[in-house]
Amino acid sequence: MLQIMEGSHAVAEAAKLCRPEVVSAYPITPQTHIVERLAEMVADGELDAEYMCVESELSALSVCLGASATGSRVYSATSSQGLMLMAEVVFNVAGMRQPIVMSIVNRALGAPLSIWNDQQDSISLRDSGWFQLYGEDVQEMTDQHFIAYKAAEQHDVLLPGFVCFDGFILSHTYEPVDIPTQEEIDAFLPPYVPYNKLDAKAPLSMGMYATPDYYMEFRYETDQAMKRAGDAISAAGREFGEMFGRDYSAHTESYRMDDADVAFVALGSICGTVKDAIDEMRADGIKAGLVKIRTFRPFPAEEIAQALAGVPKVAVLEKNISVGSAMKGAVGPEVKDAVTGTGIDVYSYVIGLGGRDIRKKDIRAVAALAEKGVGNMFYGLRTEVL
Amino acid sequence: MTAAELIATAAFKSGVYSQAFPAFGVERRGAPVQAFVRFSDEKVRLRSQIYEPDYIVVQDSSLIADVDVFSGLKEGGIALVNTENDSVEGVPDGVRLITIDATSLALEILGLPITNTTLMGAFAAATGEIELEALEEALRERFSGSLAEKNVAAARCAYELVREEQ
Amino acid sequence: MALRIGCAAEPGRAQNNKTGSWRVFMPVVDMEKCTLCGTCILICPETSVSEKDGNILFDLDFCKGCGVCARECPGDAITMIQEEK
Repeated sequence: MLQIMEGSHAVAEAAKLCRPEVVSAYPITPQTHIVERLAEMVADGELDAEYMCVESELSALSVCLGASATGSRVYSATSSQGLMLMAEVVFNVAGMRQPIVMSIVNRALGAPLSIWNDQQDSISLRDSGWFQLYGEDVQEMTDQHFIAYKAAEQHDVLLPGFVCFDGFILSHTYEPVDIPTQEEIDAFLPPYVPYNKLDAKAPLSMGMYATPDYYMEFRYETDQAMKRAGDAISAAGREFGEMFGRDYSAHTESYRMDDADVAFVALGSICGTVKDAIDEMRADGIKAGLVKIRTFRPFPAEEIAQALAGVPKVAVLEKNISVGSAMKGAVGPEVKDAVTGTGIDVYSYVIGLGGRDIRKKDIRAVAALAEKGVGNMFYGLRTEVL
Repeated sequence: MTAAELIATAAFKSGVYSQAFPAFGVERRGAPVQAFVRFSDEKVRLRSQIYEPDYIVVQDSSLIADVDVFSGLKEGGIALVNTENDSVEGVPDGVRLITIDATSLALEILGLPITNTTLMGAFAAATGEIELEALEEALRERFSGSLAEKNVAAARCAYELVREEQ
Repeated sequence: MALRIGCAAEPGRAQNNKTGSWRVFMPVVDMEKCTLCGTCILICPETSVSEKDGNILFDLDFCKGCGVCARECPGDAITMIQEEK
């Protein structure tokens, strides 16, 4: 049933519907409303889970890792500095192949301190072995939690996943969202069947050390599993579509890409603003389109290459900065790599860092820069303060 | 932000798509904040802040001296200001000003100087964008028991006052 | 050894790894000087020192000859001697 709800509360509902047995998190802006609501649900007996209070994010994800290793379905959520404090365990969770799902409420990284949105936090951990989904609106980010658990727990995947959405812009927005019922989610997402687990009756060690004779093979296996995660996300997205009418079988979504002269590539909430800007541009005779990336890890290179085929200029909108890199953004080089040899020009535009508001006119200005062949730059710098 | 949520909820219950969000930052009750609401027959995709609103609701008229609260208000738009005065400085030409002493009304009915619901009643009457019944439904969802009924009474009272003035 | 998902392994492997084969010097205790204070038992990294009926015993399957016991013994009761194999 469609109801109007704050983004964070919709995510808390989604997490609850997935029936996690253990939840551990440490509050941080702008993730707070999610975990407050989950704590309430546990306290009120609405959610039958252990909510473990800890003293830091490092402990939170460590608790999650241990709990997952015992065979429980586990949920956590964090943002920004919290994710950085977890970083060591983030890699361990992937290496130990525990299918934890964690909401990343995207927020800029310090210093300087910023509580506002960009995607530097999750993008910075793109190499960790967690798959990464990005939501454009409250509906999409809510649905992605169900898909994430389903894909993560497949025995040919067994990888953890981030469900990423823009802090404040989505987490604190009230908008209509369709929350499935418990019966519907139970039919979509069966109970977690662990592949192996810690059990006193059949002892096992996990995360053992590997000598140089074995380490590379473990990393190779993780990469192979990530490839299969792509198929599993797609399959879960298709099944979700069949059950709920919202299809997420594709890792990307193309908007008005037919005959486009300039295409945007973007992740997250900015895509809504881009779509409105594209409608305006099309009305003014500028042929623009959008390829929205829903799955950033594994990177859907083939899908992106198909979507961008024949478009002369591509503008990648980056809510991150890979400091010191040639293109500036972290996504641009991967898009460029996906279309290598096709003659398509790909440019990165670092935009909206630290919560800088992004307007339709900014999107139009980026399109104009791309058409002129000017890119790989920060867009919208306030030169008067430099 | 509560007021913005209530408008969005009431608009949604009136049968349109709506979106409400704060000017993100430090949120403490009573601190000066901005919040934005969009509603439309179609799904709202745009995520930027609102620079050219059709309506502006000013909950605390003392802000007018410090902040250009009417910035960007469209011609033909409505400024709804909580004040005991009949006139307000700085209202742009071509904008319809509606004033209501929402604080006194809230004190009288709720016993608290919290003006969200009174102003929402006034907003419904001034703009015709949301139905009073939808607003009442939103209030009963948000608050419970006698508090809900007090808020409904405050919204109704403000609604009638503004309707009479028009 | 084939890789196992999650870098998982059965426990008890350390027992299969008989570190005694690494040894070049072996500990010998002089029970005249030994006060049975137990320092050697506590600090042995392989837990290969034990006490039985007033005697200090070294488990030579696991003693790797590191000499920590000899170095830390407060009464200098332990000496490391070259082992003839």
